[in-house]
Amino acid sequence: MSDLQDRIRDTIEQEPVVAFIKGTHEQAYCGNSDRALQALRGVGAGFATLHVLPDPRIREELSALSDWPTIPQVFVAGELVGGADIVQELAMTGQLEATLEEKLGEAWRRPGDERTVSVLDGPGLRVVPGG
Amino acid sequence: MSERLAGLLHAAFPDASEVDVVDRTGGGDHFHVTVVDASFQGLSLVAQHRLVYDALTEPLGDGTIHELRITTRGEA
Repeated sequence: MSDLQDRIRDTIEQEPVVAFIKGTHEQAYCGNSDRALQALRGVGAGFATLHVLPDPRIREELSALSDWPTIPQVFVAGELVGGADIVQELAMTGQLEATLEEKLGEAWRRPGDERTVSVLDGPGLRVVPGG
Repeated sequence: MSERLAGLLHAAFPDASEVDVVDRTGGGDHFHVTVVDASFQGLSLVAQHRLVYDALTEPLGDGTIHELRITTRGEA
């Protein structure tokens, strides 16, 4: 169990809604990551994003944890809800709101409450660009 | 390349009522696959997509697939 994987797990467990994407909440660098964020925005959910590109190990450790090979990955209350296709489909059918409500109660409704979190800032972890 | 993916999906889902692979850009690396299979009934979308990912582990791992969109349905 790596330190990085611990941090990723902590993020998944502590953030009510977190999207692991290519980019940040202000700018997604990939169409699929953007689709996932637009789906969350569309229902008025608050969310955190975590940028996977700064260190390739983030994606490796995340996929090892989640058993999901692609980015983006959206977690609600610690559970993988899906990638872009699923989150978009759930949003279109009303099931995304239902899932958020079921897992988080009314607390999920936080339109515009968006921020980017990192697993790379802590002590003991060196960022290796392109590593 | 679409044929290779379709072959893998047919092998993984021999009873599927629909297997469709679209090369979204014509470049042979951005695909949209659709699988309709009665065995998906009762499974979450995450579980359904995981089965599709499992079938495509090889082209996902060797870099053939740069981007993958997935649509799954259990038959009514």
